[in-house]
Amino acid sequence: MAIMRLGRAELKVMDLEKSVDYYTNVIGLEETGRSEGRVYMKAWDEYDHHSIVLQEADSPGLDHLAFKVEKLEDLAQFEKKVELFGCTVRRVSSGTRLAEGQAIRIETPTGHQVELYHDIERLGKKVGSVNPHPWPLETRGIAPHALDHCLLTGEDVETATRFFMEALGFKQSEKIMTVDGEVMLGSFLFTGNKAHDIAFVKGPDKKLHHAAFHVDNFYEVLKAADILSRNEVQIEVTPTRHGITRGQTIYFFDPSGNRNEAFCGGYMTYADFPTITWTEDRIGQGIFYHRRELIESFMKALT
Amino acid sequence: MYNIQVEHREGKVFRCAEKEDVLTAARRQGVAIPLGCRGGGCGMCKIQVTKGRFDRGKSSMEVLPEGEREKNYSLACKTYPLGDLTIKI
Repeated sequence: MAIMRLGRAELKVMDLEKSVDYYTNVIGLEETGRSEGRVYMKAWDEYDHHSIVLQEADSPGLDHLAFKVEKLEDLAQFEKKVELFGCTVRRVSSGTRLAEGQAIRIETPTGHQVELYHDIERLGKKVGSVNPHPWPLETRGIAPHALDHCLLTGEDVETATRFFMEALGFKQSEKIMTVDGEVMLGSFLFTGNKAHDIAFVKGPDKKLHHAAFHVDNFYEVLKAADILSRNEVQIEVTPTRHGITRGQTIYFFDPSGNRNEAFCGGYMTYADFPTITWTEDRIGQGIFYHRRELIESFMKALT
Repeated sequence: MYNIQVEHREGKVFRCAEKEDVLTAARRQGVAIPLGCRGGGCGMCKIQVTKGRFDRGKSSMEVLPEGEREKNYSLACKTYPLGDLTIKI
């Protein structure tokens, strides 16, 4: 019984067609289907039907995140563990969204909706999986490999961390603590071997800080910046490095104000990876390794 | 071109073109309105229009609920003047 990875994020957007244009032509995802009020997309290097769902709404933000489990039977076991922890959980029936099987939907201690699922239609990749070429010819925009991770905000980062570790089996790669070590301000959690699949920073409950896409290397981050500027997308943080995860990054906003990231180069984690600690007095360097100072919007612009 | 008068800042007027948003015009002319997502989603650039008419682009209901809209609060990034305006930052 295990969670394998982050599988999808359903983002709320205010103008569906404008957002589809951005996520397909600027980010460079592929549209894979539509249902009432929703558009489904995947990155070129993903096998499953979708990793991003856009949902038309009157406010932006995160509808839900979902993690893929190893076996269908895992859902019932996780359901018990979640209830035991004291979080509410309900069943989502097969076919609620396009191409998806049944899921369980959990409300986390920070008020976010997180689903676990196993079944989803598999579309495969344009390059195939027999003697494949390294990348497809027909990509557009940034063309990331995959959805990488999401950062959420919540009042109680400590309990959120305990929930993901105890009930869902995540491990913690890094944490941000007050100087006296009393309060957890940030928590970076992984389930496979990425630096993080999901992370939390202290802030209002139920909010999305960003959804990140994985690109190959720092030149691809720079090229993402070129593509964003050419398309006059609002760039918040130009290419730089994170102290936390050591990854390289650029932050920008989708047309409804949801923050996106193109991320590369974080270290790999493994089962006995020890947790790295950052203290609050060094948080500037932890987040923006070169600038060494936070910017106002990075802490306050949430959806 | 319209004149945008900033309340409580003696003599502070900036110019905003038709179809230009108030946030972009203000920042270009050195008037500091906080900047976030520029997409009508985060609410950081919220202002109040105390005089004048404007068009409003799609703005998040969560950060700009109906009650505030009635009082002419607006997100500067989605505020398009239809004439001279007076605003409160």
